[in-house]
Amino acid sequence: MPTEKQPQPTEQKTDRVTVRKTYKLYIGGAFPRSESGRSYPVHSPSGELLAHAAQASRKDLRDAVVAARAAFAGWSGATAYNRGQILYRIAEMMEGRHAQFTAEVRAAEGVSEARAAAQVDAAIDRWVWYAGWTDKFAQVAGGSNPVAGPYFNFSLPEPAGVVGIVAPQDESLVGFVSVVAPVIATGNTAVVLASSDRPLPAVSLAEALATSDLPGGVLNLLTGSVAELAPWLAGHRDVNCLDLTGVVPAERVALAEAAAENVKRVYSPSGFDAAADPGTSRLTAFTETKTVWHPMGV
Amino acid sequence: MTEIEKSPAGFAYAPAPESAAIARLRPSYGIFVNGEFRAGRGEAVKTVNPATEEPLAEVAEASEADVDDAVAAARAAFAGWSALPGSARAKYLFRIARAIQERGRELAVLESLDNGKPIRESRDVDVPTAAAHFFYYAGWADKLGYAGFGPNPRPIGVAGQVIPWNFPLLMAAWKIAPALATGNTVVLKPAETTPLTALVLAEIIAECDLPPGVVNVLPGGPSVGQALVEHRGVDKVAFTGSTAVGKQIQRSVAASGKRLSLELGGKAANIVFSDAPLDQAVEGIVNGIFFNQGHVCCAGSRLLVQESIHDEVVASLRDRLATLRLGDPLDKNTDIGAINSAAQLARIRELSDSGEAEGADRWSPVCPLPEKGFWFPPTLFTGVSQANRIAREEIFGPVLSVLTFRTPSEAVEKANNTPYGLSAGIWTEKGSRILWMANRLRAGVVWANTFNRFDPASPFGGYKESGFGREGGRHGLEAYLAH
Repeated sequence: MPTEKQPQPTEQKTDRVTVRKTYKLYIGGAFPRSESGRSYPVHSPSGELLAHAAQASRKDLRDAVVAARAAFAGWSGATAYNRGQILYRIAEMMEGRHAQFTAEVRAAEGVSEARAAAQVDAAIDRWVWYAGWTDKFAQVAGGSNPVAGPYFNFSLPEPAGVVGIVAPQDESLVGFVSVVAPVIATGNTAVVLASSDRPLPAVSLAEALATSDLPGGVLNLLTGSVAELAPWLAGHRDVNCLDLTGVVPAERVALAEAAAENVKRVYSPSGFDAAADPGTSRLTAFTETKTVWHPMGV
Repeated sequence: MTEIEKSPAGFAYAPAPESAAIARLRPSYGIFVNGEFRAGRGEAVKTVNPATEEPLAEVAEASEADVDDAVAAARAAFAGWSALPGSARAKYLFRIARAIQERGRELAVLESLDNGKPIRESRDVDVPTAAAHFFYYAGWADKLGYAGFGPNPRPIGVAGQVIPWNFPLLMAAWKIAPALATGNTVVLKPAETTPLTALVLAEIIAECDLPPGVVNVLPGGPSVGQALVEHRGVDKVAFTGSTAVGKQIQRSVAASGKRLSLELGGKAANIVFSDAPLDQAVEGIVNGIFFNQGHVCCAGSRLLVQESIHDEVVASLRDRLATLRLGDPLDKNTDIGAINSAAQLARIRELSDSGEAEGADRWSPVCPLPEKGFWFPPTLFTGVSQANRIAREEIFGPVLSVLTFRTPSEAVEKANNTPYGLSAGIWTEKGSRILWMANRLRAGVVWANTFNRFDPASPFGGYKESGFGREGGRHGLEAYLAH
């Protein structure tokens, strides 16, 4: 790889004229351009043009929410084992494209090949971690409650619904995976705003999602201006939760205020550390506890 | 009512009033800050017996300066309280539970006087469940490391808690017990129309020798509540009340770093299938909506009846409603007490009138209302459409809207067709259908072949615009532990 110049992620050092990729949105299992027809240039940290990504509009965002809502019943109703297999399948798909993701992360973030490869490793491993959680979380977070009466009473976690996510702005791949995987692991569907300046690895990840039997609409990806799109996401009445991980603290207040309009659950962690143990907080943040009572008797 | 009267069922009831003197009412009450009772610097307000409209006592409410004092006291107490061994905090909470039991009759009568709820309910539900809540969380205080929130869970700090008037003592217990068990300190604001039992609870807490400042109680109106939740010294806000106020609070603490839990309104569907045990279901429907005059956020206010049994269920309900006894809250035979305030009565009337105006059929049993006080008869609306206000808005009164459905899927669709998601009921003999329905109902509590059951070990709280966070059970600890 040349060091003086950032390569196009998929460009090879041959005389062959390569086939470049159009980076589009991922909504309802399809890859549309923005309905607005807008695109924006995406540069590497050193200033080289990498691609023109789709610049999503408010209408794209609303379409994405509709797709996420439509996918919710099927995805939340799928067995936990099935969801686990699909999440693991995503890891498989990424592993096979490891070199491509490494090149894209390297181009997007201007890091060394070793660091980019480590980020891809971590992203793949994170899918595996959450794939294993799908059929265990209810046992850890739920249980039976010994009430003082002749009733059987149990509590279990359920997905909260459609989750709006602002992905971390810096870690273009492992950041994206770290916020998305726990949300869909428990059966939520999601509308995700990718990093504004580094959206391309996430778009390529969507290609892995599309070939992993993940039903269309479970995860919807928008690229463009987070500043433009996030307020519409925060105020959308059919979005149940909001993850502000990728928003700087000063800009969280207005979004969290808008989220109160329909009592969204707002997850607003103080920072994001891709290397830290992910724990269960992101699983818990986007689940509800349902408690069911039934009398015991003959 | 003095003369012996006959109910439609033929039973004769003699008056069986509990003595109001048991409440040991005092002419005036103040605020409880830093372990001491004193007059608040806010308004002096008379709290009224809603059954008679006569003043019970004068309450010197808190001012914003009192909020500052209370938060400062709670902050000062936090270091010591949170550093106590959990086993010591546990013993304080066990003491409180026992003291509530000891003074249970006094608290029950006082609650019925101040709130208007039947003594049967304050005696059998509110007070014993409040004591049980302290007893339950007492046991957690020295076992937090086993609760599944990490090996060394830490408290958040000072909790500002605002509670409603429908279960004044019980809501105080729901708020204070888990907060103290986890090592937080508390500033509690009871509702303006029902401050008295929370102040007796403060007295109990003082008598149990809790360190000063660990619990502070500030009676007052909405401005006191607002000052408390917006106070910079508060780390955690817990609110139970209306969805409209809950949204204001969520906005006011947005991205402030304060932790928030909200338990808000509801419009629960109580779903009755044609194979349900009808006598039990009718009892459950009545308990679901007429318990506590319908002043219950999880009340089963929308009855969804399978079409084929609609007429039969409505006829049974009318027969049953005709036997409900409305009147003196202190009478042990009373089923339906007084509406808590004139303002709430006006809201119930306005929404009920809208039901008629929008074309639903209104029915109430013959039910003479006392001349003084705030009263509303048990009311049934049939022919209700999903678009009617009485099917969409929380009435918070003894008003039941009846709708129909044909298939389980339609029942789920209609039940979930609301911004709320607090509770739901299912009545059917078929176990697989119960679980199928329970799985699809977007509500935090699902009662199957029962309704309105509460227990300290059972998590309670809503989906969607009914709020977030859980109270009760192991899950209830999470709202008071630092992340």
